[in-house]
Amino acid sequence: MSNGNTAWSTFADGIWKNSPTLTLLLGMCPMLATSSSVMNALGMGMAATFVLVMSNIFISALRNIIPKQMRIPCFIVVIATFVTIVDLVMAAYSPGLYKSLGIFIPLIVVNCIVLGRAEAFAYKNGIASSMLDGVGMGIGFTVGLFLMSTFREILGNGSFLNLPLFGPSFSPVLIMIMPPGAFMTLGFLIALKSYLDKRQKKGA
Amino acid sequence: MSGDIFINVIYWLVINNVVLMQFLGICPYLGVSKRTETASGMGMAVIFVMALANAITWLIDSFFLQKFNLVYLRTIVFILIIAALVQFVEIFLKKSMPGLYKSLGIYLPLITTNCAILGAAILSVQQKYDFLTGIIYATATGAGFLLAIFMFASVRERLERAAMPEMFKGIPIALITASILSMAFMGFAGLVKI
Repeated sequence: MSNGNTAWSTFADGIWKNSPTLTLLLGMCPMLATSSSVMNALGMGMAATFVLVMSNIFISALRNIIPKQMRIPCFIVVIATFVTIVDLVMAAYSPGLYKSLGIFIPLIVVNCIVLGRAEAFAYKNGIASSMLDGVGMGIGFTVGLFLMSTFREILGNGSFLNLPLFGPSFSPVLIMIMPPGAFMTLGFLIALKSYLDKRQKKGA
Repeated sequence: MSGDIFINVIYWLVINNVVLMQFLGICPYLGVSKRTETASGMGMAVIFVMALANAITWLIDSFFLQKFNLVYLRTIVFILIIAALVQFVEIFLKKSMPGLYKSLGIYLPLITTNCAILGAAILSVQQKYDFLTGIIYATATGAGFLLAIFMFASVRERLERAAMPEMFKGIPIALITASILSMAFMGFAGLVKI
């Protein structure tokens, strides 16, 4: 039972309690840059989740071979390989999304979440729990992106997943899909998360 | 790439500012901006490494990757070059310029994971800048980072003493500050036409 519990918490912690973007404050660049529409955000979230899961599995499988002093370059090579795979697959099958995510696809390499999980979790744990950790963190990242992009797209473009919501008389708050809106939305979301966490602590 | 370098420098420096408009290098931007001294140290280190990294990645890209049709390896090769370069610069500065090392040293390891460096290197080869333009682009972009982080740190030093709701303390209020700075930078948009 306790074993099942830890597996579950490995998976679930990443989604909300230790949400990578809202609590650990990792991976802010793609969070800000790709959240101007829900579609972009989901694309980015899935790409990052794939890289996270695959690199976690590989690093965990190779953890007895990788020497301790050389671990960071090894991690980077593994991660960069999967990023290249995502890059090529996306360019081939969804060129529209690839174009709007642009530079932020190759930049998954330097996303602190991926390297951070490799260092803090995958290098020390078994394959199965590393995979769960990757999935949990990936979903947590995607949830953060999804929340943020929902606010930004509804307010800034009056639509959700490109479906118009308010009809033609609605004039959108353009600033929300521009860079200042990204910083502002993330600031308010992190404040909300810390407020909820504090209230939960008081209740417990 | 049309001729007027000065117009382009203005564009890279303020209009298309690396942090506030392109969201590159947000981690150091939020992480080392509590004091103006550390912020300017980080900014200097970024300018230095960015220009150097851009020069080296440009050479590797045009004389090795493009020549042998290996462009798909760009991401892997560039990140390894940057990681190695940062180590090398650190060792070199420690041996030969201890003064500079003292002021930039502690920021150098952090720079490997600074996405602005890799981002600028990739963007400059994607835009097909020539060697010199690439270096000017990198320097101007790095200077844009310095400008943004220095202004941000000056505001944050004062924010520390301001009264605000508990939940906004720290990063949330910093992000909202960044939002206002970014709004101010949007005002430069009409300055030059590219």
